Amino acid sequence: MTDATAMLTTNDGQPLKAALARSQRRARRNALLLVAPLFLFVLITFVIPIGQMLSQSVYNNNFSVAAPNLGAWFDDHPQGSEIDETAFAALVADLQYMKEEKLSGSAGTRINYDISGSRSLFTGSARKVDDLTPPYAISVPALDEKWTDPNLWRAMRSASSPLTGDFYLAALDLTRDEAGVIVQVEPRQRVYKMLFGRTLMLSALITGICLVLAFPIAHLLATLPLAKSNLLMILVLLPFWTSLLVRTTSWIVLLQQQGVVNSLLVSLGIIGDDGRIQMIYNQMGTIIAMTHILLPFMVLPLYSVMRPIPPSYVRAARSLGASSWTAFRRIYLPQTVPGMAAGALLVFILSVGYYITPALVGGADGQLISNLIAFHMQKSLNWSLAAALAGLLLFGVLVLYWLYDKLVGIDNLKLG
Amino acid sequence: MTATETDDGFVEFDHVQKSYDGETLVVKDLNLSIGKGEFLTMLGPSGSGKTTCLMMLAGFETATNGAIRLDGQNINEVPPHKRGIGMVFQNYALFPHMSVGENLSFPLEVRGFGKSEREAKVRRALDMVQMGDFAFRRPAQLSGGQQQRIALARALVFDPKLVLMDEPLGALDKQLREHMQFEIKRLHENLGLTVVYVTHDQGEALTMSDRVAVFNDGRIQQLAPPEDLYERPDNSFVAQFIGENNKLPGTVEELSADKALVKLDTGELIDCTPVNVADRGQRTLVSIRPERVEFKPEMMPPGAHTIQAEVLEVIYMGDIFRTRMLVAGSDEFVMKSRNTLGQTKLVPGQHIQIGWHPQDARALDPL
Ligand SMILES: Nc1ncnc2c1ncn2[C@@H]1O[C@H](COP(=O)(O)OP(=O)(O)OP(=O)(O)O)[C@@H](O)[C@H]1O
Ligand SMILES: [Mg+2]
Repeated sequence: MTDATAMLTTNDGQPLKAALARSQRRARRNALLLVAPLFLFVLITFVIPIGQMLSQSVYNNNFSVAAPNLGAWFDDHPQGSEIDETAFAALVADLQYMKEEKLSGSAGTRINYDISGSRSLFTGSARKVDDLTPPYAISVPALDEKWTDPNLWRAMRSASSPLTGDFYLAALDLTRDEAGVIVQVEPRQRVYKMLFGRTLMLSALITGICLVLAFPIAHLLATLPLAKSNLLMILVLLPFWTSLLVRTTSWIVLLQQQGVVNSLLVSLGIIGDDGRIQMIYNQMGTIIAMTHILLPFMVLPLYSVMRPIPPSYVRAARSLGASSWTAFRRIYLPQTVPGMAAGALLVFILSVGYYITPALVGGADGQLISNLIAFHMQKSLNWSLAAALAGLLLFGVLVLYWLYDKLVGIDNLKLG
Repeated sequence: MTATETDDGFVEFDHVQKSYDGETLVVKDLNLSIGKGEFLTMLGPSGSGKTTCLMMLAGFETATNGAIRLDGQNINEVPPHKRGIGMVFQNYALFPHMSVGENLSFPLEVRGFGKSEREAKVRRALDMVQMGDFAFRRPAQLSGGQQQRIALARALVFDPKLVLMDEPLGALDKQLREHMQFEIKRLHENLGLTVVYVTHDQGEALTMSDRVAVFNDGRIQQLAPPEDLYERPDNSFVAQFIGENNKLPGTVEELSADKALVKLDTGELIDCTPVNVADRGQRTLVSIRPERVEFKPEMMPPGAHTIQAEVLEVIYMGDIFRTRMLVAGSDEFVMKSRNTLGQTKLVPGQHIQIGWHPQDARALDPL
């Protein structure tokens, strides 16, 4: 068989494969030209910034460029070496360099990520570096006692190489002790893992609530006559047409302690005036507002798998002896799985990275990991840590996506 | 229909009415009794209420008024899954997420059959439709005809006494259709099933059924064995709907018990059998089958009236000649004559005399 196909030629004697390739080349080139703008767009707006972000999370040269002498000393002296006169001499030379190049601030900030108070230590010492005289092992500690802290030296050692996993460690509430062994940070400072956990938990909860709410809506949409279902569809999509801020604000109006819902409950006598429920500026606020915003993302994929399921399947099941519940569970439900999975994936991924709503209505315990990323981007200016947190989030989402592919199959994804 | 007549009726519709919107009746006063082991076909134009009747019997629609009885029991209140009726849907409705074997096993599972028993029954049902090797395929991997067989097997696997089929062969090509008609008929006879079959293909209805119920406008127009339906239609609708038919409008001149003289609108007199006429002077529509029209004097009964015709067109159809003629002002009068050795060849423009046996011309209600 293979011999026969290998010898196939066109009428004028050219090999069939070559002729086919030639005839398709033009079409392929046109196709490539058509996708080129999109490709560029994706490259510029996604690939480059995300690559940049990921590299920031493992690369920070603020300290290493400011402290070449210390870098050399750390290279010659392995972890655990005594901090001797040569080390202090290198430190002083670097402080000198920082003073000339005005780098003490950024170098100090880099060490400050690890050990708080280091920024002022660097700037202060750099200012007074000209007063220092040998032997530096005496004069430097005399200037500031903190310079003898082995933890500081450990931090400088790891910061002296620009490539570092420290930010990922920090993002997982881990750090290195004096000996360089990875340990957990003090319980008081463990925030990230807790926040990741809360983000995942709240996202799962929101996804679950969305699924439960969206299923009947989508079913109704799919079974109602077209005129009515279009009206309902408009109601479902209405949230998309109003600004996110307006929607969130309206939740504040509704849910705050002096708000509509509480007042209604009080006037109905269900709760007392002093027992008004705190429904916003906490986790509950985050859950309610995000569920509302993300619901359409669950309804649409569900609707798109339910619409083409003909009613005759369930009827067939009933005629074959299945009760309506059995027919639903064994026949209808399995056919909606791709929609459920697509909707759940979409809502979960969106809510894992949600920022604006928790920021507005989340209060203290309704904050998610994105809010902390924003904090590090805007307030603490520790971009590398923000990048590491975002990197972990991205990794988690990719794992989910991979899991989805294994369990449901990506080609079953129906988004609308 | 009274209660005493229920003993031979396995399925009974008793004054059943159905309305979807509360304004129009889709089924108007349906009375129908189907015997055990009978193959009954509901035939009718689109929208005449056939599917609605089937759905009421299966339990997916409720009768607005009247009673439906199965084996003497009123089933109006029985939910579909407790009726034990097998059903074949027009689009087959095979569950796409299950293999063929699982599809067949489903009705047995919900009835609580054990695993070994299920397997045996599934195998038997698959063999019955000659699909034994396909148990592990998905429905999407089968051709239309194969899906049809599986749908049939699934409707039969739990041994229902009554099977409903709603245009089960509608999606198949002509040859496969004829083959499946034969298969369904064979299963009906071998298993002693009672079948209610819906189609709007009259050929299918005539070849397969014991009796055919012709539906129009929510009513049964005629309920009769295929032969009667074709040869002795009760009214103009049935005559029109089943087979090809020539219509001649006119007025009754003379009327006796088994003979009527009708004066056509163009003045000619013809002999026919009165069916739906009661009085002299009444308007009527005379119906004659094209193959019962004769043009050779020796084939006509002596003394019968003949009528002038002009040949317009002769179509050679292999086994027959189809001759279109101008008769009594209508240019759509058709005569079919067998292509025998020595058959007289007619040519367009020729003037001939045609006639028929009076029992073949039926004076029906005017349309
Ligand atoms: N669910 C429904 N709601 C409202 N009207 C309906 C519904 N189902 C059917 N009808 C109407 O009832 C009438 C009879 O429909 P039915 O489906 O019984 O016709 P049918 O004889 O099966 O036609 P076909 O040969 O086209 O299948 C039609 O006028 C149809 O529009
Ligand atoms: Mg129908």
